[in-house]
Amino acid sequence: MKPSAFAYARPRALEEAFALLEKHGDNAKLLAGGQSLVASLNMRLAAPGILVDIGALAGLEGIALKGKTLVIGARTTHRAIERSEIVARHAPLLAQAAPHIAHVAIRNAGTLGGSLALADPAAEWPACCVALEATIVLASKKGERRIAAAEFFRDLYTTALGAGELITAVEIPCAAPEERHAFVELARRRGDYAIVGLAARARVRNAVLAGLRLVFLGVGVTPVLASGAMAALEGRTADDAALRAAQAALDRDLAPSADLYTSAQAKRHMAGVLVARAAAALAG
Amino acid sequence: MNEIEATITVNGTRLTRRIEPRTHLIDFLREELGLTGSHVACEHGVCGACTVRVDGEIRRGCLTLAVQADGRTVDTVEGLSDSGELAVLQQAFHERNALQCGYCTPGMLLTAQALIREQPAATRDEIREFLSGNLCRCTGYQAIVDAIETVLRMPRKEVAR
Repeated sequence: MKPSAFAYARPRALEEAFALLEKHGDNAKLLAGGQSLVASLNMRLAAPGILVDIGALAGLEGIALKGKTLVIGARTTHRAIERSEIVARHAPLLAQAAPHIAHVAIRNAGTLGGSLALADPAAEWPACCVALEATIVLASKKGERRIAAAEFFRDLYTTALGAGELITAVEIPCAAPEERHAFVELARRRGDYAIVGLAARARVRNAVLAGLRLVFLGVGVTPVLASGAMAALEGRTADDAALRAAQAALDRDLAPSADLYTSAQAKRHMAGVLVARAAAALAG
Repeated sequence: MNEIEATITVNGTRLTRRIEPRTHLIDFLREELGLTGSHVACEHGVCGACTVRVDGEIRRGCLTLAVQADGRTVDTVEGLSDSGELAVLQQAFHERNALQCGYCTPGMLLTAQALIREQPAATRDEIREFLSGNLCRCTGYQAIVDAIETVLRMPRKEVAR
């Protein structure tokens, strides 16, 4: 399938991009890696009047350490994150999650900022950013603002991005020395969207979990913080009793909907399996 | 709709064309340049038949607009065959009967070559995982994995020739 016709602009500076967004409003779509957008254009699920390609904007790409914060430019590809030694050391959750995103050819093009802006409920990066308590940096003609990842995802494919705004970077607090991360997901085939996934993070001392953050993907319209399961595991080792308590708590934490292939009940079961796998990985 | 001027280096040749923005890279290569080695199938990023290289990395030709390749280097199965880079892999595909109908083969070759460059010690499971974005509707994949494994197990000198 071929996209319907659209105009195309490739600004060289942010100000130029802001001017285009202001001029065209809802008729404009930002193009980054295009791995979701071009597919939806091909299927004519989207038909914008103009694509504003941010591929030539300077300063949106790259991974850097600034003090105790990992800063990843919005246009950094999934593959660059997957291959980064700095990411592996300071945000291992991202390094673990990256190989689950689609396939290599897609990871070579798709971007962190693009994934966050789309906010697909089954995507890996939104859940990871919420689990890592990342800050998303937004820019518009009015200047820059920062928003916590947990506040950014508002509803199905809906974010806090306002008119004329784009994501420039993501700031992630570096993992503390005792911190461990685990990313697990279940998909029908390698590279498919997850049915259920879990981004998990905790401080671990003598196999005791503390400061847990468990964030699910694929079970709600946005990433879902499983606060009941987090409380059930807090201060415990990943023993059977603690895992059963956490799994029981998921019944209250999660309200998944059935889709074409998987019932809500099956998703709940899978979420329980993933909590056990993640807790074991964190404690081990 | 207004055409956009783009300069792209395709298989080592730098060329400038006016391109309608909605044109996929794969359609530009096939229809404008006559490079029909890379194929079009699903057109939404699932099957990998349209795999080409952009700036040395494999990409979906159907999820890339030709205008996005402005200023970049694109390599297709034709260019990589002519340069000899794929010769050992192509020979192994031939010997292992890894083509079947052949439709997925150009994409398979480009993906497999990326694997050979990036994960030279890949196991059969890792080969299958790396190939998971390339569908072969003749099914099986066994002969394809065999061919790639054959190349991976060769002394590196032969592979790089």
